Amino acid sequence: MDDSVIIKIERLAKRFPVGTGEFTALHNISLTFQKGEFTGLVGPSGSGKTTLLNIIGTLDYPSEGEVEVVGRSVKGLTHKQAAYLRNYNIGFIFQTYNLLQVYTVFENIEFALLLQNHTAAQRKKAVMEALDWVGLTDKFNSKPSQLSGGECQRVAIARAMVKRPLLVLADEPSANLDAKNSHNIVQMMKRLNKELNTTFIFATHDEKVMHYLDRIITLRDGAVDEDRLILTRENQLLC
Amino acid sequence: MLAFKLAFRNLLGAGLRTWLNVTVLSIAFVVIVFYSGMLDGWNRQALTDTKNWEVGFGQLWHPNYDPFDPFCLQDAHAPITGKTKALAELGQITPILITQATIYPQGRMQNIFLKGIDPNQKIIQLPTSELNNKTDEVPAIIGKRMAEEAKIKQGDRLLVRWRDKNGTFDTREVKIVSVFNCNVQSVDNKQIWIPLKTLQQITGLENEATLFIAGSAFKNQTLTPWQFKELKYLLREIDEIIQTKKVGAGVIYGLLLSIALLAIFDTQVLSVFRRQKEIGTYIALGMTRAQVVAIFTIEGSAHSLLAILLGTLWGSPLLWHLQNSGIPMPKSVDSMGVSISENIFPVYSMGLILSTVLLVIISATIVSYFPTRKITKLRPTDALKGKIQ
Ligand SMILES: Nc1ncnc2c1ncn2[C@@H]1O[C@H](COP(=O)(O)OP(=O)(O)OP(=O)(O)O)[C@@H](O)[C@H]1O
Ligand SMILES: [Mg+2]
Repeated sequence: MDDSVIIKIERLAKRFPVGTGEFTALHNISLTFQKGEFTGLVGPSGSGKTTLLNIIGTLDYPSEGEVEVVGRSVKGLTHKQAAYLRNYNIGFIFQTYNLLQVYTVFENIEFALLLQNHTAAQRKKAVMEALDWVGLTDKFNSKPSQLSGGECQRVAIARAMVKRPLLVLADEPSANLDAKNSHNIVQMMKRLNKELNTTFIFATHDEKVMHYLDRIITLRDGAVDEDRLILTRENQLLC
Repeated sequence: MLAFKLAFRNLLGAGLRTWLNVTVLSIAFVVIVFYSGMLDGWNRQALTDTKNWEVGFGQLWHPNYDPFDPFCLQDAHAPITGKTKALAELGQITPILITQATIYPQGRMQNIFLKGIDPNQKIIQLPTSELNNKTDEVPAIIGKRMAEEAKIKQGDRLLVRWRDKNGTFDTREVKIVSVFNCNVQSVDNKQIWIPLKTLQQITGLENEATLFIAGSAFKNQTLTPWQFKELKYLLREIDEIIQTKKVGAGVIYGLLLSIALLAIFDTQVLSVFRRQKEIGTYIALGMTRAQVVAIFTIEGSAHSLLAILLGTLWGSPLLWHLQNSGIPMPKSVDSMGVSISENIFPVYSMGLILSTVLLVIISATIVSYFPTRKITKLRPTDALKGKIQ
């Protein structure tokens, strides 16, 4: 596999058991993602965006086909190996933030590092840096319940980024946010994408998010309908 | 470490529910320590009292002697000769002669034992020196129970009738020179202690004894026809009774603990059910299912740590107080067959406390673990949706 390729999907199908039969949520999906992409999966509700993200994130498994994430086939992974892969290489951002309510902002971000072996000093440095990326340094001691939605999502971004993963998967990250906050967080992620060369894959309906994407993959009825590179001004400059 | 921190945060975050569980468990904890301590204290006191007041460091029995068969007494005596005589003179053993007798308090007939003991013996704590009092009648001492039951006071005179060795009835008046207070009912109930020499004389069993009580200096040796009964044998009944009580107490502990554990179990089931999204998040962050199970198990079992803390807080002043003032025992307990004092002083040994702490922690951990096994069957994607199944 080419070193610059981070995800390789070949003839992926995903079927869910429904009642006595099966429902095909994804079929015949073949896609390749390069390191450093800022890509969105779009498409109508029920088209399979979340399902695809979950399979890439090793939270679900393919029914058919090959999926390789950071050089590992997800098919043969044990639960433990999948957990390790997520822990070190994949950050998740959710529509509903999914912060731990009993923890402070600092601890929520630190949590991602606690599962790895770092000293307290290393963790503190990394967490403060992540807080700086998302501009929440002064809120480090707050509880999630004391934050606005936008702030919560920024904490979630910091939590996903603090371990500097190769890949961040964000499922509708702006769906619960107003326009200003939506722009804000996507810009933030775009900046991190540029600075740290982290690959971002979104599932989104949001026009405001699409505006920033380098590549838009449209899903329809569980299949790729369209896959196009966007020539933004920045992309043009790069070309 | 992480799991512990998270566990306590979650527990304290849950507020009232946690404190209810913790309070119930702390009550179970303190009651177990209290009750076991009381039984241990009782046991220790019963063993010491029985040893000090009745059995000494073992006894030498006549082969026909059976403490449960009063009719054996007629044939259960032998002369004090040779080695036994020498040992008795050295004060290593002291002879006791027992015979059946009848008294007539308030005109009612009552069967008793008449026991002869050397007034100068030092082996058991019976105040036998009182028997040295010079009176015209036969001096006698009795225990408080006997005094109450037969309504006899110190200074009273009492008509006693017995059969001598030939089976002929004989009657004498004895004078109660002292009423002693003792927890061991087997030296008190239905018996009158008089000087050994007198009893030997009036029964015609000169220089004879039914048994000997050994002192600390006595070394086990063959002394035909006498059979040595070890302390362990003589105290076995107390052990048995205390063991039975412990079984009974175990049932109470089991019930109490079950209530507390059920509450924790319930909380755990609810936690796993309600906090699926959190579980999904842990898994997405890279925790293995086993680690998530551990987090939830530790959270449940942390109830027990809080309960022990809380129990220590309110329980230790209480238990300390009881240890110093003793636990008053109702009179009715007396008839249970074990020596019991008016106040039992509980003994809280390190072993008792540690084993109770372990019991509480381990049982809470087990009931906390079972509901969390469901997590391993949860699909991470479903968990993240927080779908209620
Ligand atoms: N566990 C499941 N069991 C059965 N069907 C499922 C399951 N998960 C998803 N599906 C079905 O698969 C299809 C794709 O679902 P998915 O959640 O990926 O859609 P989506 O594109 O993310 O939609 P939305 O934009 O509404 O989030 C849907 O029709 C859905 O009903
Ligand atoms: Mg979706």
